[in-house]
Amino acid sequence: MHRNSELIHKVNLSPGTGETVVVAMSGGVDSSVAAALLHEHGYRVVGITLNLWDYHASGGNFNLESGCCSIDTMADARAVCHKLGVPHYVSDFREIFDRSVQQNFIDEYFVGRTPNPCVRCNTFIKWGALLQQTEDIGASFLATGHYARTHFHAANNRWALLRAVDEQKDQSYALWGVRQEALARTIFPLGDLTKPEVREIARTLGLKTAEKKESQEICFIPDNDYRRYLRERAPETVAEIGGGDFIDANGHQIGAHQGFPFYTIGQRKGLGLALGRPIFITAIHPDTNTIVVGDDDDLRHSDFIVNSVNWGSLYCPPDGTAVSCKIRYRDAGAPARLFDAEPHHVRVHFDTPQRAITPGQSAVFYDGEVVVGGGVIDQFINDQIRK
Amino acid sequence: MNRIYLDYSATTPLAPEVFEAMRPYLTEHFGNASSIHGFGREAKVAVEAAREKLAAALGAQPQEIAFTSGGTEAGNLAIFGVAGTFAEPRHGVTSRIEHPCVLNSCSELEERGWKITYLEPDATGMISAQAVAEAIRPDTALISIMHANNEVGTINPIAGIAKLAAERKILFHTDAVQAFGKLPLDVRQIPVSLLSLSGHKIYGPKGMGALFVRRGVKLQPLLFGGHQERDRRAGTENVAGIVGLGKAAELMMADQAAESERLRALSENFWQRVQKIFPNATMNGNPASRLPAVLNLSFPGFESTALLMSLDLQGIAVSNGSACSSGSVEVSHVLRAMKLPRERAVSALRFSFGKYTTEAEIETTLEALEKILQRKSKSN
Repeated sequence: MHRNSELIHKVNLSPGTGETVVVAMSGGVDSSVAAALLHEHGYRVVGITLNLWDYHASGGNFNLESGCCSIDTMADARAVCHKLGVPHYVSDFREIFDRSVQQNFIDEYFVGRTPNPCVRCNTFIKWGALLQQTEDIGASFLATGHYARTHFHAANNRWALLRAVDEQKDQSYALWGVRQEALARTIFPLGDLTKPEVREIARTLGLKTAEKKESQEICFIPDNDYRRYLRERAPETVAEIGGGDFIDANGHQIGAHQGFPFYTIGQRKGLGLALGRPIFITAIHPDTNTIVVGDDDDLRHSDFIVNSVNWGSLYCPPDGTAVSCKIRYRDAGAPARLFDAEPHHVRVHFDTPQRAITPGQSAVFYDGEVVVGGGVIDQFINDQIRK
Repeated sequence: MNRIYLDYSATTPLAPEVFEAMRPYLTEHFGNASSIHGFGREAKVAVEAAREKLAAALGAQPQEIAFTSGGTEAGNLAIFGVAGTFAEPRHGVTSRIEHPCVLNSCSELEERGWKITYLEPDATGMISAQAVAEAIRPDTALISIMHANNEVGTINPIAGIAKLAAERKILFHTDAVQAFGKLPLDVRQIPVSLLSLSGHKIYGPKGMGALFVRRGVKLQPLLFGGHQERDRRAGTENVAGIVGLGKAAELMMADQAAESERLRALSENFWQRVQKIFPNATMNGNPASRLPAVLNLSFPGFESTALLMSLDLQGIAVSNGSACSSGSVEVSHVLRAMKLPRERAVSALRFSFGKYTTEAEIETTLEALEKILQRKSKSN
């Protein structure tokens, strides 16, 4: 018990004095502990579970109904709040989620990009519609169970997002879109904890969600089959696009594919091509419905353009600013430099070419543990052509 | 925190008198009303006494009352009970503002081949007898129009609709869940064929309702089993619930006129005061024909969920839309059918008052509401 109460107080939370904080509760262990920690530290907690989408509208295997947005998970979140003695609500954001996240997910694949819906959900739903609701009910802060931290840099008067202490669990990559004024109102109670510590706190406090397993990556595609989802949500567009050609770097046709939206940069499996050596998708051309394949070397590029940028600790940093750049969620990051920074745009140059820079995915720039900024990869610049 | 309950249209607390009336039938008088022995007899006597009380409240004969597990079952029994007596699918008339128990029963009838006309209400949420008359076809077999709407409180012209249905020999069901006990309704004056009601809206127990079935109206039962409720509803009687419903109906009738008047004055005062606090507020529904204790108000520029939460955080319970299984809310189908502008539909709150609502509670609520409405105005 002593050890656990130490754990609870290890959390780097300034003691609350009754400020109201909305905790976004998915019904999982992380957000449950986030709510419990804030409650223990003297905040007035209000739990809100987001109702974002319907299983019957998204299709797939109904037996997989276990992630967010099921009646069971709402009941779990409500039970945790009841145990803490705090109110709990369900907010219906299905319409805006469909418009801002699901429709964008579909649209992006249909222009040959690989979207990152969790980033958009954070930017437009949690730190958009939910933050608005937080303000509307007179609450001071919004908290979530994300593994990340925030810090105010007095030197340049900016808020920054920081990596979580637990690098295995760090979720700062998906949070780059949270704006300055939103970061100022955000609390991440789990940023200093490891996942095992979070579970231990949940057990100590007797939270029923203590042993719940991790949720899947894309919540609204519970069977993890985005191709099935695209076919069901947009059958006409899929039919209209139809199949196309695989071509090599020289433009020679070497096979047939099922339509460009069903493939992603760097993909090796499921191409149906037997060339006697490993080959990968290196580019997708939606205008001609052709997909370029090549060797591993053809996948590597140094320069790319990032749009929809949201600057964090630095605003429009000067040319040559050195960062570590992550171009996918599970990625250690690689040394890079930033150029041509504008409010919503930047060009990135990797010191050494990186594999599978994928348009539609997020690029996030770090200075150590600090998020300098992030955005959406628009296009990579083909080194051969540039030379 | 002292909590204030202003959601009497959703449900009501059990009246202490009702609880006392029910208690013996949850404890020592536990008999099965179908049993021949003394335990059974005392239960049976209680069931029939309650049936008489409920019948008296409606001007009905006791044998015209069938007890059910609630308003939803009563509505289902009316609709599927009638439909089950026709060998071929027929036509039915209902409205867009019905409770889901009627709307979803009608859409199930459509699955089974029936044709249903869904009448659009006017801007105040009212269905006219004229509109019903125009929807009737030669094969129309059932009309189902609610007495008073649960969300906006608008009272429909049931007498006129019942009269025209009777003239054309079409069965007419009215969902009187919100109106029963609160508005005078005598089935000797108003020729409805079927009328459904619920216990928990009138300070009676949840899980308890009844269907008035006019003598001569044939119904196919929903449940098959024993011969309870004159073969209209199988299953061992919920004796305590039935006793509670009978007692609740009796209490409602005892001071209906006076309590209606008190609630009308209270809600009228509340509405006047709200307009002073927030001049842009609007009332949804029919000011001239509404349940005295229901106020559906819009606060343009606000979002009803946030208003509801803000009030709840201060212990004040009101409603927006209708309660749903997950606790989440969609824009109400009733306000949509009334073609309310979006700004009004998304900012609508329902305040519903009841017999335990006090002047002091109204004052506290107005103070809280004023602070909430000012907070947002400042931040804008």
